[in-house]
Amino acid sequence: MAYFPPSGAAPRPGFLPGLPGWLNTALGLLASVALTFLGLLLVTFLIGRVVPIDPVLAAVGDRAPAEVYEQMRIALGLHLPLHEQFLAYVGKVLEGDFGRSVLTANPVLEDIRRVFPATLELATLSILLGVLIGVPMGVVAAVRHGRWPDHVIRVLGLVGYSVPVFWLGLMGLLLFYANLGWVAGPGRLDIYYEGLVEPVTGLILVDSLVAGEPEVFWNALGHLVLPASVLGYFSLAYISRMTRSLMLEQLSQEYIVTARAKGLSEARVVWRHALGNAMVPLVTVIALSYGSLLEGSVLTEIVFAWPGLGYYITNSLLNADMNAVLGGTIVVGAVFIGLNLLSDLLYRVLDPRAR
Amino acid sequence: MKALDDRSAGSFSAGPRAWLMAEAAGSRRQARLGRWYAAWLVFRRNPLAVTGLAIVCGLIVVALVAPWLAGHSPIEQNLQARLLPPGGGHWLGTDALGRDIFARLVHGARITLLIVALVAAIAAPVGLIMGCSAGYFGGWVDAVLMRITDVFLAFPRLILALAFVAALGPGIENAILAIAITAWPPYARIARAETITIRTSGFIQAARLQGASASRILVGHVVPLTSSSVIVRVTLDMAGVILTAAGLGFLGLGAQPPVAEWGAMIAAGRQFMLDQWWVAAAPGLAILVVSLGFNLLGDGLRDVLDPKHG
Amino acid sequence: MVKRFLALAVVVALLAPGIGQALAATPRDVLVMAKRIDDIITLDPAEIFEFSGAEYAANVYDRLITYDLRDVSRLEGGVAESWTVSEDGRTFTFTIRRGMTFHSGNPVTADDAAWSLQRVIRLNKSPAFILAQFGFTPENVAERIRATDAYTLVVETEEAYAPTFLLYCLSAGVGSVVDRRLVEAQERDGDMGHGWLRTHSAGSGPFKLSFWRPSEILSLERHDAYWRGAPAMRRVLIRHIAELATQRLLLEGGDIDIARNLSPDQIASLEGRAGLRIRRVPKVDIYYLALNQKNPELSRPEVRRALKYLVDYQGIRDTILRGKVVVRQSFLPTGFLGAIEDRPYGLDVAYARELLAEAGLADGFAVTMDTPNTSPILEVAQVIQATFAKAGIALELIPGSGKQTLTKYRARNHDIYIGRWGADYPDPHANAAAFASNPDNADDARIKSLAWRNSWEIPELTAMTQAAVRERDDARRAGLYQAIQRLHLADSPFVIMFQDIELVVERTNVHGLVLGPNFETNFYRTVTKD
Repeated sequence: MAYFPPSGAAPRPGFLPGLPGWLNTALGLLASVALTFLGLLLVTFLIGRVVPIDPVLAAVGDRAPAEVYEQMRIALGLHLPLHEQFLAYVGKVLEGDFGRSVLTANPVLEDIRRVFPATLELATLSILLGVLIGVPMGVVAAVRHGRWPDHVIRVLGLVGYSVPVFWLGLMGLLLFYANLGWVAGPGRLDIYYEGLVEPVTGLILVDSLVAGEPEVFWNALGHLVLPASVLGYFSLAYISRMTRSLMLEQLSQEYIVTARAKGLSEARVVWRHALGNAMVPLVTVIALSYGSLLEGSVLTEIVFAWPGLGYYITNSLLNADMNAVLGGTIVVGAVFIGLNLLSDLLYRVLDPRAR
Repeated sequence: MKALDDRSAGSFSAGPRAWLMAEAAGSRRQARLGRWYAAWLVFRRNPLAVTGLAIVCGLIVVALVAPWLAGHSPIEQNLQARLLPPGGGHWLGTDALGRDIFARLVHGARITLLIVALVAAIAAPVGLIMGCSAGYFGGWVDAVLMRITDVFLAFPRLILALAFVAALGPGIENAILAIAITAWPPYARIARAETITIRTSGFIQAARLQGASASRILVGHVVPLTSSSVIVRVTLDMAGVILTAAGLGFLGLGAQPPVAEWGAMIAAGRQFMLDQWWVAAAPGLAILVVSLGFNLLGDGLRDVLDPKHG
Repeated sequence: MVKRFLALAVVVALLAPGIGQALAATPRDVLVMAKRIDDIITLDPAEIFEFSGAEYAANVYDRLITYDLRDVSRLEGGVAESWTVSEDGRTFTFTIRRGMTFHSGNPVTADDAAWSLQRVIRLNKSPAFILAQFGFTPENVAERIRATDAYTLVVETEEAYAPTFLLYCLSAGVGSVVDRRLVEAQERDGDMGHGWLRTHSAGSGPFKLSFWRPSEILSLERHDAYWRGAPAMRRVLIRHIAELATQRLLLEGGDIDIARNLSPDQIASLEGRAGLRIRRVPKVDIYYLALNQKNPELSRPEVRRALKYLVDYQGIRDTILRGKVVVRQSFLPTGFLGAIEDRPYGLDVAYARELLAEAGLADGFAVTMDTPNTSPILEVAQVIQATFAKAGIALELIPGSGKQTLTKYRARNHDIYIGRWGADYPDPHANAAAFASNPDNADDARIKSLAWRNSWEIPELTAMTQAAVRERDDARRAGLYQAIQRLHLADSPFVIMFQDIELVVERTNVHGLVLGPNFETNFYRTVTKD
């Protein structure tokens, strides 16, 4: 729940002196991403080593005789020195081998591939809600700076940061599903629709349309609305806030004064010129908050019985299935790194000054 | 320290306000206090921020006087008085084991405060040391330390905390440790940025010329100067810490029974949501109010200290 | 701008209700259940040793033997239509029912049955001991379990036991008959198709697997050629819903037909609700505390006794487990041969304190309890924590997943363990072998009973248990079990507390779900919906 973006610029040294500028930057970026990823693996590797659960026992079961145990220990490479184990671990992860989940008996990567689309679908709808509502809210707050719309929007946003998402989800279910019946209940689909649509992308909204099952589509949408709103509220809070401060900055710029002086309509000045310019940093904000939604989804998915990555990680965690927990952590971390890189690149591409 | 008899420096006898508001401070202490006072005047004008401050102070007071305020024991069970609605002898009713919810809520404030305080006490120094060292020494030290910081920033906080708790085992100490481990990187970033701006300043150079060791300069000069911005940032983060802790408690990975922790209280009360809504609603609201308090306070502090981003 | 935005918000708010309007009852030929199924780790009947997995196997596979669910003592034919026992009590000859077909269309034969039993022994997974206790080993099993023709199966045991003992064991999940031809075609590296069968089905039961997503959903499809007639339900969907509040929401919203894990409190408030029916079915499962005798305090007889007086049996039964349990303090559940009804213990803090003082622990002591983190055991553990505290015993709860706590328990690394025990087959030996037998207390013992897990050395009781299972006269056998239970009740390191009652809430348009006494006697075959 990264509330405030990290401040203070990270060091971004060029890769090698003497290379052309863009190449140097690109290589520097690449090296920094690779190093960060390696660090991520080191942390998960170390977590995996301090776990009180014996990985051999987890693999062979607690009724196995000593020789089977020893064979498995060697097969898992646990007899090697720690640094060699780490190298082997990195090699495996790069091959996409996160080991097997004890809970599901499947390779962890296969499990993640199955559950990830559910999270993706949820996070995407949430970010859409966050952007479509949060950006206008931020703009309104900036335009009405210091007046009541600004205060209302600000408090709304702060509540969004302050409310425990699992509690909001429970209360939302109680009100909108149980009492009012406006939305469908927990899960991605009414249960008897399960298995009717062959997963192609894993995104039910897409798969149902591909399969020509509009009924399933609407059902899935009914199930998505509430969790996406709960999660979207969190991103709305962040996006509206960032929009507001970016807009305030733009609105105080000279070109706005000029534009107003030229007699352009206020709407045009605000939405076209100011927002247009604020869009560049805003895009990076949105990309970053997309990443934090993956995380926010952990508790939301629990409450909504949403079979996504967050649900998978917590469920594995509660069952002490470390391969699955660490695999999930690596995937989320990798997505984070990817989004950071993406926002960085977007910024460079979109912002003429950075080019 | 003797105040100079100079009108513009303001004399204390002219009243504390005038002294604090003096345009030319007579001493560094006066200047600093004056700056704080000016900030307070700005802060005071923001009703939301004051509300936040009041909530946070309220939390501290409640935590301090919990045993006297509670009226009941937070862990004493009474199976004959389960799930009572609010009112009568139990202001907020009782939970599934017949424990007084108000008493648990009030004692839960202590746990929340403990978590917040310990996380701050662990994460802030770690962040300061990492960031100040990186900024002061530069070069390799900087590259290595900041790379480590980046790695931790690349993790989503809650998930990293979850993975740590999985490794360390459930429990409040481990939850605090896990949250602290995930909380320090932004502080390191801030401390580094500040350190870089002051590292070349005159008095650091002077200290260096006098032969002070690097560790002495770091601890004696750099850390004190950078800590104020880190402290503000820590305040801003507290709401997030509370929510993460509550999330861990909700998943059963934080404080263990019979300790009254708000997240765990929601978890225990959620199966009664439809009939005994107060069991889960009370701790949920408590979390909301307290983390809103920290957010409002942090927001106000930011307005004062960094108006551009307000 | 503000106005336009507000207008948009209003439109969204007006449209939103339309989306969820499709709320409707589930289709008439589909049964939808909410149940915790995250304990399922395999679907191979030779490996299944979990509560939910056993229920799956009971609906997808036919076993050799079954029994009358209302009167467990009456054995009935399953895949084996009839059987005879030789004079010396060691050779059983089963006649396989004709006309049964597997889901694949292959006929069910004695060869399939023999191969299925051999497979259990050769794979040697968790439940294999149920058959292995008759002396079968991977080396001798082909000879001792064999098909003499397409419809005759012969099983020879090492010794003569109580005649019903083997039959009850064959009514357990390991007695499931799998489709040899289908499974053998999926064999990899001599695994007897195990890798494949973990996630597929190859049975002859009323349902076949359509898909399983672990900890999420289990979907079954009707087997049209089922020998007792095709079920009315075309599909059965079992959705894993861990949240009890969510199970209830779904039930009241009509999105599920049956909720399987509602808490006693939730059920109390659903009592008399129109459209819902509450069912309470006595089960054989037992809730108990296990006191590890490796712990110096817990190994004192006075302490063992004191702890039995520090559980508020009645209070728990009447409040947090209201309607969910009956008090039971002996290890055989009601209905089992030889079960006794003695309940000598009740909450008595003063007497417990006296006993502790006798043990030299007047000031109490500190001890930990490994506790599965699921309702209602976690709540029960907290109540016990509070009553123990009254006698000065500081009980620290160590919650963990069921698997985690169980692994620790099996490795004898616990102080106290709180858990649930379900008899693997409805013969008294199932529980006697667990609670009152410990042939070898060494760390690497071959037989690791519950008594072994608690390092409880009991040569006399072990001998009595061994004698009881070899007693071929029912009345004398019952007498032996009564004596064992009384000795056990007086001094064992097991605080046996309750016998389980399964609580199920159904929508009233659903009929015919069979809930037997055991976790593997719940059947969906006869379910119909109005």
